[in-house]
This record gives sequence, structure tokens and C-alpha cells, in this order.
Amino acid sequence: MMAKLVNFFGDKKYTRTRWRLLIVILVSIVIADFLVARPHDYNFWDTIPGWGALLGFIGCGMIILVSKFIGKKVGLSKKENYYD
Amino acid sequence: MTEWFTFSMMPALLLIVGGLLLPLFKGVSQKVYSLLIPLLVIFSLTQMEMGRFGEIDFAGISLMMFNVDKLSLFFGWVFAIAALIGNIYSLHINHTGQRVAAFLYMGSAFLVLFAGDWFTLLVGWEIMAFASAYLIFATRKGPAVKAGFRYLMVHVTGGVLLFAGIVLHGLGTGSYLFGPIDAAQQGGVAYTLILIAFMINAAVPPLNAWLTDAYPEATVTGAVFLSAFTTKTAVYVLIRAYPGADILIGFGVFMALYGVVFAMLENDCRRLLSYHIVSQVGYMIAGIGIGTEMALNGSSSHAFAHIIYKGLLFMGAGAVIHMTGKRKLTELGGLYRTMPWTVALYMIGAFAIAGFPFFSGFVSKSMVIAAAAGDHHATATLLLMLASSGTFLSTGLKLPYYMFFGKDSGLRPKEPPFNMLVAMGIAAFFCIGIGVFPGLLYNMLPYAVEFEPYTGAHITESLGILMFTLLAFVLLLKYLNPKNTISIDTDWFYRRGATVFMWLANKPVAQWEQKIITLGDGLILNTLHRLSKHSLTVDTQVVDGAVNGVAKTAMKSGNLLRRLQTGIVSHYALAMAIGLFLVIAVYVLIMSEVL
Repeated sequence: MMAKLVNFFGDKKYTRTRWRLLIVILVSIVIADFLVARPHDYNFWDTIPGWGALLGFIGCGMIILVSKFIGKKVGLSKKENYYD
Repeated sequence: MTEWFTFSMMPALLLIVGGLLLPLFKGVSQKVYSLLIPLLVIFSLTQMEMGRFGEIDFAGISLMMFNVDKLSLFFGWVFAIAALIGNIYSLHINHTGQRVAAFLYMGSAFLVLFAGDWFTLLVGWEIMAFASAYLIFATRKGPAVKAGFRYLMVHVTGGVLLFAGIVLHGLGTGSYLFGPIDAAQQGGVAYTLILIAFMINAAVPPLNAWLTDAYPEATVTGAVFLSAFTTKTAVYVLIRAYPGADILIGFGVFMALYGVVFAMLENDCRRLLSYHIVSQVGYMIAGIGIGTEMALNGSSSHAFAHIIYKGLLFMGAGAVIHMTGKRKLTELGGLYRTMPWTVALYMIGAFAIAGFPFFSGFVSKSMVIAAAAGDHHATATLLLMLASSGTFLSTGLKLPYYMFFGKDSGLRPKEPPFNMLVAMGIAAFFCIGIGVFPGLLYNMLPYAVEFEPYTGAHITESLGILMFTLLAFVLLLKYLNPKNTISIDTDWFYRRGATVFMWLANKPVAQWEQKIITLGDGLILNTLHRLSKHSLTVDTQVVDGAVNGVAKTAMKSGNLLRRLQTGIVSHYALAMAIGLFLVIAVYVLIMSEVL
């Protein structure tokens, strides 16, 4: 059973099904975020529905960009034998 | 119970003495023994009473060796669980040295945990450094040995700072009881020294590189122990000594993002996970800096959850290294076909660290973030939420994708040994159990909890962050292929920095030295020659004369003594008997006078 479940995420023939599943999940999360009660508003974003989705998407992109910048432009990425 | 006995000493005693006796057992009996001791530690925790124990007077200083309260007991429980899981995971190895080192390491961590005074803490702190270093040396390869020495160098430096800080603090306050430190004491010198020592062990950047340098070089089983104890004892002592130290908020938030960004550059699977220790400990450090009851609860519960899920992640990566002998993401891939259980168990750890609802990270990390929001640290709150995205990105998506899925490396390893899977299963059980029943964890926390993690808004917000991170990951996947590189961290200063120092020593400094020597040859040496001629005359005529005189006298006395010495044992025995008789006679005479 476990092998089947894991295979679903690995096998190429399920790519289309995985995409559909992901889109359904993403849409449901955003819809649910509009419907839930918002008891806390410590910060401005606590009142914005879909804020989590936005932060996740943009944040992920930013982290990738910053790490690429630090690795390539700043030059912290070196060949493996750098210290030898 | 006698007064000297206290259950608070038992975990450290059981593990340290138990570890030293471990070589007496061989084979299966050693393996059984290695599980029995952690079980006894768990039993001793159930028997512990709250309070301070073990008062001793040491060189005129009053010490109180042990202290048990809700905070130390809370950490005690997770240390004991980690000890048991780690030993199950290492059951297959036949390397007594590693087991002994792990036992001493865990025992000394318990010594720090239940330390009532600064000296007991210091002793535990130092043993931890040396015992844990063995788990790195035990890989027995060049890079591991070198990394082990760098690791020791940093921790020995930390130990010296801690010792200096403790002495200054003790002299200033007159008390060696372990507790909060006043920043104003002695102009803050002791405060700063101890804080730096603690921050070294907590791997706070720029003092983090020892961890990410050395942990990936440790043995497969050793890294599981390492990931649990050193940084979390540091978190514990910081909670005790520096609650509410503002500077820690900034450091903590910086750490959380630093670890996340550096993890993205990594190709070595366990170094990637090590950067996420730095990142996750960042949440705890930020919580300590905020210092409210809720924040300290958050730091403690996050440490608890973290020890277990990080152990699980290291066990998963370790299982792959154990079965394939490879550790770089560029050399792995496609393992899901033959290691489905390892994949599934690893992913439970990944969901826990990412903070998915119904996994342990969700109920612990969110407490720190909520405490930051509740205490009006808006920027810190936002950045810690951002770091959550990065956590899932590299431990939950990038690492498993390139290790287990992605490009097929052609490797077809079997599942790891059964004991490894069992250990991972137990850790996974806790990751889910804590997530589903947070009340069990919250009830053990040092302060009363008024926090409900499962609100609708919190669930949808967290799922939003995580699942849209997944979307971004899938869309940007082609830019994320791992590269055969290493990244420079602050260890550069003592790795390449040392080379620069050596160059300075060899080139300019040595050249100047040579010039000065040449200059000296001409002027100074001639003067010295003249001086030495004079002193030779003085030496032969004055000094030698005196020495010869002494020698002649000694020879004459020797001749005299020679005649007294017969070389016959019975003569000496007789002389001794006469001497003894005389001593007794004098003694009897004097005593009879007195009486």
C-alpha cells in the first residue's frame, strides 16, 4: 500500500492527475480562506483573505532568487575542492 | 531514601556510568544494554520531584548541583525520547566506541539540563563537546577528522568563554546558582561572555559554521544524536539565563532566514538539513528574545517537536547514505521505487518541520509566531512566516525531490535495516501524535497555555503558505537543479583565514625576520664575540676555581664516609634496630613523665 502511494508521487504516468489534484487543493484553500472567521488582527495581513497563498508563492520565489544571488553573484558557491 | 540520593542525578549518572561500563558487554548483550539504559532514564524521569538537590561545599563555594522544575523536566522528556530513538536507530552497528561516546554525550547533556549551579553546568558542557566530537571522528575519513578538529576548536573556545564568564559572574554576585543573569552586573562582561558561549552552541550566525561544517561529516548514527542535543541544551540554558534579552529577537529571525537561504545552495543532503537546524533554532532564539510566557512556551515546545522531527529527517537521510554510500543530491534520485517506507517516514518529518496542520511543527512553531504577533513584533512575525515557506521548500520539496524522485540515478537500494525503520516509525508517531493532540504537549509546558493552534484562519493561512510554495517550486523546478558546489560560510575565516595567516607568517613576516637577523650578524654578533672572550677568562679563573674547590672538599668527605660504609646488610639492619629502639625509648620516657 505504501509503495503504491509513494509511486503515485513518483511515476510519470500520474503527472496529469497530480496537477489536477494540486489545482483542486490550491483553489479549495483560497476559497476556504475567504470563508473562515478571523478573530485576530494583530497585523494588517490578518484581515486579508488569500494572504497565506500570496506569501507562500512570492516568498518561495524570493528565497530562490536571494539564494541564487548569494551563490552566484556574491560568489559564495565554490567548487568542491575549494578548501583542499 | 537517603539525603544524598536524588532522582535528578539519575539520567546523567545512568548514561555516563552506563556508558563507561558499556565496553564490558559485547554483541547482543551490548545492544540490549544500550536500550535498557534509556528506558531506565525514562523511568527516573517519572520518579523525579521538583526542587533543588545535591548541596555541596566546594572550596568555600556553596553549590547546588541539581535543579528540577517544569522547564528542565520538559526538556528531560524529549531528551530521553531522543536517546531511546537514537539507540534503536544505531542497534545494527557494532562499534563500541561510538556507543560509549553517544552515552557520554547524552549523559552530559542531562547534566547541563538538571544543573542547579554554574559549575555543574560547565562540567556537563565540556564533556558534551569532547564526547560529541568523537561521533564526528568515528567516520575515520580525512575530511571528517579535519572537521572534527575544527568542531573541537570552536567548542573549546566556547568553553573557555563560558568558564571566564562564570567566574566573573560568581565573583560579582557571590552566587553560583544557575539562573538569569543581570546585564548591568560588572559592566555586562560576564553577561556578554556567557551569552557568546551559549550562542556558539546554539549555532547563531556568525557562530554557526561549526555545525554545518561538522554534522554532515559525522557517522550516520552519530549525526542523529548530534542533531538533538547540543543546540537544544543551548536553547534551554538561554531560556533560563537570558529570557527577554531583546538582542535575541533580531538574531533569531536572522538565523531563521539565514539557514533557509544557505540550505538552498546545498548539495550535501545532511548539510542541507544542518542549515535547517540553524533555521529552526532561530525560531526558538527569537521566542527567547521576546520573553513573554507564551514565547518561552513556544520556544520550549518548538525545541521538543524539533528534536523529534529533525531526528527523523537525519535518520531518513542517514538511511539513504547507509544504503547507497552517497550523500550528494547530484548523485541521488529515483530511490522511491525501492525505498517507499523511507520516503514516507522522511516525508512525515518534512511535513512536521514545515508545519502542516496535524503535524508537530504546526502546534509549536505557530506558538512562537503568535507570541511575536501578540507582543507587536510585526516585522519579526512576517519574516518568521516567510521562513516557513523556505523550510518546506528545501526540506519538504527540494531534498526529497532530488533524493527520492527526480532524475533516476539508476541506484536501486533496499530499505534500510529494520531497526532503522522502527526508530523512524517511533519518531513519525510522535510527529503526528503531537500535531493531533497538542494538549498532551502543552500540559507539560512550564507556563499555562492559552493558545489554540487549530483555528480556521490559522489552518487556511498555513496551508496557503505551504501549498503555494509547492506551486512555486513546481513552476521554478528547472532553476533548482543541485550543483556540484560547496558554499562558503563563516568557517572560511578559520579555514582559508588560517591559510592567509600562514602566508603572512611565511612571506612578509619571515622576510623581515631574516633582514633583522642579517643586520644582527654584523653589529651585534661582533660585540657578543668580544663579550664572550672576556667571560671565558672570568669563567676559567674565577668560577672554575670555586667549583674545583667545592669538588675537592666533596671528595675528601666522600673518602671519610666510604670508610663508615661496610656494605653489609646486617650492619645496616642493626643500625636501624638501634635507631628504632632509641625512638621508642625516648617516646616511653616522655610519655611516662607526662602520665
